[in-house]
Amino acid sequence: MAARKLNLKERYSLLTRDLDWEYSYRDKKEIFPYEDFEGIKITDWSKWEDPFRLTMDAYWKYQAEKEKKLYAIFDAFAQNNGQQNVTDARYINAIKVFLTGVSPLEYQAYSGYAHVGRQFSGVGARTACQMQSIDELRHVQTQVHAMSHYNKFFDGFQDFSHMHDRVWYLSVPKSFFDDARSAGPFEFMVAISFSFEYVLTNLLFVPFMSGAAYNGDMATVTFGFSAQSDEARHMTLGLEVIKFLLEQHPDNVPIVQRWIDKWFWRGTRLLAIVAMMMDYMLPNRVMSWKEAWEVYFEEAGGALFKDLARYGIEMPKYAATAIAEKDHISHQTWSTFYNYGHAAAFHTWMPDEKEMDWLSEKYPDTFDKYYRPRFEHWREKEQAGERFYNPTLPMLCNTCQIPMGFTEMDDPSLIAYRQSVYQGERYNFCSDGCKDIFDHEPEKYVQSWLPVHQIYQGNCGGADIEKVLSEYYRINMGKDNLDFHGSPDEARWNAWHNLESAEERLKKAG
Amino acid sequence: MAVAAITPDYTGERLDRVENFHGNIVVYVGWDRHLMFCSPIAFATPPDTTFGKLQDEMIAGAYAQHPDFAKIDWEQVCWLLNGEPFTPDREATLAAQGVDHKSIIRMQTPGLEGIGGSHS
Repeated sequence: MAARKLNLKERYSLLTRDLDWEYSYRDKKEIFPYEDFEGIKITDWSKWEDPFRLTMDAYWKYQAEKEKKLYAIFDAFAQNNGQQNVTDARYINAIKVFLTGVSPLEYQAYSGYAHVGRQFSGVGARTACQMQSIDELRHVQTQVHAMSHYNKFFDGFQDFSHMHDRVWYLSVPKSFFDDARSAGPFEFMVAISFSFEYVLTNLLFVPFMSGAAYNGDMATVTFGFSAQSDEARHMTLGLEVIKFLLEQHPDNVPIVQRWIDKWFWRGTRLLAIVAMMMDYMLPNRVMSWKEAWEVYFEEAGGALFKDLARYGIEMPKYAATAIAEKDHISHQTWSTFYNYGHAAAFHTWMPDEKEMDWLSEKYPDTFDKYYRPRFEHWREKEQAGERFYNPTLPMLCNTCQIPMGFTEMDDPSLIAYRQSVYQGERYNFCSDGCKDIFDHEPEKYVQSWLPVHQIYQGNCGGADIEKVLSEYYRINMGKDNLDFHGSPDEARWNAWHNLESAEERLKKAG
Repeated sequence: MAVAAITPDYTGERLDRVENFHGNIVVYVGWDRHLMFCSPIAFATPPDTTFGKLQDEMIAGAYAQHPDFAKIDWEQVCWLLNGEPFTPDREATLAAQGVDHKSIIRMQTPGLEGIGGSHS
């Protein structure tokens, strides 16, 4: 007798829920030791509604088809010298930031979902997390493949995973994910699936992918499209997690609220680098960071939190501060990288006159008042052959690990300082949000691996900063770092397009 | 509960305890309303550094590129130590006047408004 073909529902049931079994000779707590310590109460795992009906066999088939298309386009891009068709070589620096700062997070996500995909006692949640885990591994692989083509022609790509583990500014994304992965499984889900994938992901993905589309970067755009259906699944999982936790027990509500407050704030700090990328690193600009924030957080996020109000969930605690920061954050972050451009593995530069005008128009309340005079001064110094570099090491926030460059929102010309004393020792922060996170769990954040302090402790190859940068970080000095103007990247680009460098133009004019 | 952890009474290793800095303390210095220097500076220095040395060598070395720096009237500078008003003694050591590990010293220079009055 021929085997009866299973319908979708039956197959789904056999390949997910039916993979579970009753534990007859071991205690359930022994098998799932991580499920209780966070204080979350699950009364009935069977109430978990699978956010997407996808079985592993269908998943393989579907992803394989996508992969075939994706790699065909990568090949075409390489054969057609796609690297020459981007708008400007400055654009490539956005991709360097992505490869060193974001792609390794996909790997961390893979590892994090593999862990929770083992630790939940509910089989539905386990299966969903395992599938997301495989997605994330695929994302890091396809991103590395997409960008490897640029590695042949531009500096700064060669040691991305080594740099992710060591370089000062990359400790920001790295510590973000280390924090999430070292939390319990439910906090991990609220942190990554909900706060990041659901609430904030559009502010990471859309800017990079539309930035790529606007700047002729077919490889990255294609990767983005290929990941889009996965991202949609990840968002659905994020929403299901929140609803499930809130519906299981009223005691879960304040715990979940605190996690949302924390991870919203950590997420907005992480996105500062996307803000500067949008406003400063895209030769063809898509929209301003401020506009993106208004569409994707204020409008979309506002509607979401209205919807969650029926569970007793409120807007994240420091949403008002984050909203006020939309007028400043990209300028302050770009200033920081311009200060320390000698210590970064990508290039920085001052916007030209037309770009400054665009910033003035997009930021009418802040750019001319606070930032334009600073940038014009820096441009004048550069033209005089004295490009400004900050010769010191910066103070870092103990929680987000970003240099303390963010200001008070009621007085944007003053750095925001916050301090806690815990067991006789001082800890310093950039914001109330970061201070709250420390104060709630100090035993976690006393362990922060702050790059500046690590250098001073002698753990990064000694006291010679030049050696820290070149040997411990593996930055190719004079190639990967410093201003875009005068870089080998710029010289190569000019040679491909028969362009003169700014310096040559100046010489002729003189 | 100082952390949600699976291990009872979990404590974390204090990565930045003063013993790890080979005899130095970390001192942060910020120049208020002069944001051309994007963030406060972290110095590692022995606790017996005099305030005069901090001011004349370390602070001067760090901020000399700022067009306002040469214009500072040092008699008029208002200092803050960890947010509180502070009158430094140039001859005394940092340790002797309460500047301990991971303290923040801020200097305010009234009348100097940064590049083009932008507080940069």
